[in-house]
Amino acid sequence: MQAFTKIHGLVAPLDRSNVDTDAIIPKQFLKSVRRTGFGPNLFDSWRYLDVGEPEQDCSRRPLREEFVLNLPRYQGAQILLARENFGCGSSREHAVWALYEYGFRCVIAPSYGDIFFSNAGKNGLLAITLSVQQVEHLFSEVEANEGYRLKVDLPSQTITAPSGEELTFDIGAALKERLLQGQDDIGITLEQGDLIREYERQRAAQRPWLFPDLN
Amino acid sequence: MTWGRCVNIAPIVLKNPVTENTLSVTLGSMKAKTLYDKLWDEHVVRDYGNGTCLLYIDRHLVHEVTSPQAFEGLKLAGRTPWRRAASLAVPDHNVPTHNRHSIQDPVSKKQLDALDRNAREWRIPYIELSDERQGIVHVIGPEQGACLPGMTIVCGDSHTTTNGALAALAMGIGTSEVEHVLATQTLVAPKLKNMRIHVANTLAPGITAKDLVLHIIGRVGTAGGAGCAIEFTGDGVSALSMEGRMTLCNMAIEAGARSGLVAVDEKTIEYVRGRPFAPAGSDWDRAVAVWRSLRSDPGALFDHSIEIDAGRVQPCVTWGTSPEMVASVHDKVPDPADEPDPVKREGMSNALSYMDLRPGTPIRDIRPDRIFIGSCTNSRIEDLREAARVVAGKRRAQNVRQALVVPGSGLVKRQAEAEGLDRIFLDAGFEWREPGCSMCLGMNDDRLDAGERCASTSNRNFEGRQGAGGRTHLVSPAMAAAAGITGHFIDVRDII
Ligand code: SF4
Repeated sequence: MQAFTKIHGLVAPLDRSNVDTDAIIPKQFLKSVRRTGFGPNLFDSWRYLDVGEPEQDCSRRPLREEFVLNLPRYQGAQILLARENFGCGSSREHAVWALYEYGFRCVIAPSYGDIFFSNAGKNGLLAITLSVQQVEHLFSEVEANEGYRLKVDLPSQTITAPSGEELTFDIGAALKERLLQGQDDIGITLEQGDLIREYERQRAAQRPWLFPDLN
Repeated sequence: MTWGRCVNIAPIVLKNPVTENTLSVTLGSMKAKTLYDKLWDEHVVRDYGNGTCLLYIDRHLVHEVTSPQAFEGLKLAGRTPWRRAASLAVPDHNVPTHNRHSIQDPVSKKQLDALDRNAREWRIPYIELSDERQGIVHVIGPEQGACLPGMTIVCGDSHTTTNGALAALAMGIGTSEVEHVLATQTLVAPKLKNMRIHVANTLAPGITAKDLVLHIIGRVGTAGGAGCAIEFTGDGVSALSMEGRMTLCNMAIEAGARSGLVAVDEKTIEYVRGRPFAPAGSDWDRAVAVWRSLRSDPGALFDHSIEIDAGRVQPCVTWGTSPEMVASVHDKVPDPADEPDPVKREGMSNALSYMDLRPGTPIRDIRPDRIFIGSCTNSRIEDLREAARVVAGKRRAQNVRQALVVPGSGLVKRQAEAEGLDRIFLDAGFEWREPGCSMCLGMNDDRLDAGERCASTSNRNFEGRQGAGGRTHLVSPAMAAAAGITGHFIDVRDII
């Protein structure tokens, strides 16, 4: 998983509460045996006019023009501003994969579905919780200012607005560490990379037939 | 990119020679160790002290079904394979066994294409579908010498245990672990317990490794080896060919074990000699010296030990929907009413109802609709020879709709054809197919229809395993062939 330290990203506002993971990625796309490829189907039923099928070429599908992610001003957004209980419902991790693959690296909302929140942390997606008032304020700023970007800094736990205004956010220490390190099992193991290499070096000397590529 | 170009198997000039003395020091203390302990200790990169170790993986076998997400994960994380030459990829689960160059099922095709793409993109040693060496991953690993004694071997497939016949620590892993191994060449794993299944005496003539392993599973149960590496020892195991030992270790997973093992002996060494990936020259001598130590020390402690008398093993046939639901061909379908344990009783009743069998029916009266000779359990040359010996000069029974023979690899197929086995099968009305997993799990179009009964040499008789509603009876290749000829199960020794 990718580490998260800081981003300076365009913000897209999704002005609905209780956005469930079915809405984030509808069930027909879970048939996929892949962990990627969900990006084009993120918010599929809101984003397109037709009913999406797995493995379809989404570039030719009719778009629902008014959906926020289809508006030209939000193209390339990395921060999703959302309402209460974002990511409620089904536990599908596909929802996080879809958001991440679409390009989101951070979600800001007053609250989250528990499982979604936990899934996000396992995939390098920073889910920031702010107060209802703070989120409301951000919504009005984003909508009023085209090209509105926020600086999100995980080490200092701060969000900086274009005006220079700074907000702080809370995050559990363990999750913060994980995200900062980009820790997953593979990431943790790779921290032992020198040890693995040394093991290979020694063993290649002792058992050369097992390491034809290293000798 | 073919694997031949990826892996340099030319003789190696040692930069840093060490003596075998140094080795035994690295191998640890003087305490008597089991074979599993030795394999484990040699591969520990780091002990995390929390019950898990970072374990080095020497060989990573890859097939098309469990790898796409792992490759995707690798790509998404911006990683690359740690050590390409340690992998070997081959398509097997989805491949058609006839007309294989126009794959009809678009979903299967996609998965096969994904493996092809991933192997090329990541430059993973790869045996492609059109390569004669293609076959079931657990057949080609040993066949190519890609799986060697003393290795740790993993694959995103539970039957990786097959390779333990070579005194290698071989384990099935999940897709996240596939990604972990691709990326780090290691696994974070807890040490297993040691279990020994000692097979005293030898099998009677006409009784095979498949009968032995079904008999063992009937005895220890499908969870009997849970959390364990099972080492098979004793005269009954030494007497088996390498192919037979692979059949035995293949089904260790069906006894609940994570791994199956057989110690190195002369048969092991002779099996490996001269294979494409096997060491050669002075490396060969050094390797053999090390391999000879791959056996449990006298007095090594096992957490569990079981004794089996090979002399008592009969031709086995499963009657239920779990490999432990097994009987001798001379027995009758058991009566759930005789089972004191209510949970087991319920399981038996459900199984009999799924299998459409009545308690008390002689196993010999069960009539299969199809015969399947193949799978990573029983698709090696010796298996095909045993089946052909039964079939020779006879005809498929009228009630048997289809009898499929699916060699485990292209090289097994070629060898069988050189021996004329294909003609024997074809003349008897059996079908001779291209290598792959085939009707073992029916991911391609070799499938049972609902309600059909199959005498199968594969390893799992779970509900729907060979096709929705299909009924599987697990048997040896000779027993499957015999059922194909007589139209019902029969002690193969009665017809040869
Ligand atoms: S033959 Fe069957 S058990 Fe063996 S790898 Fe293929 S599907 Fe799995």
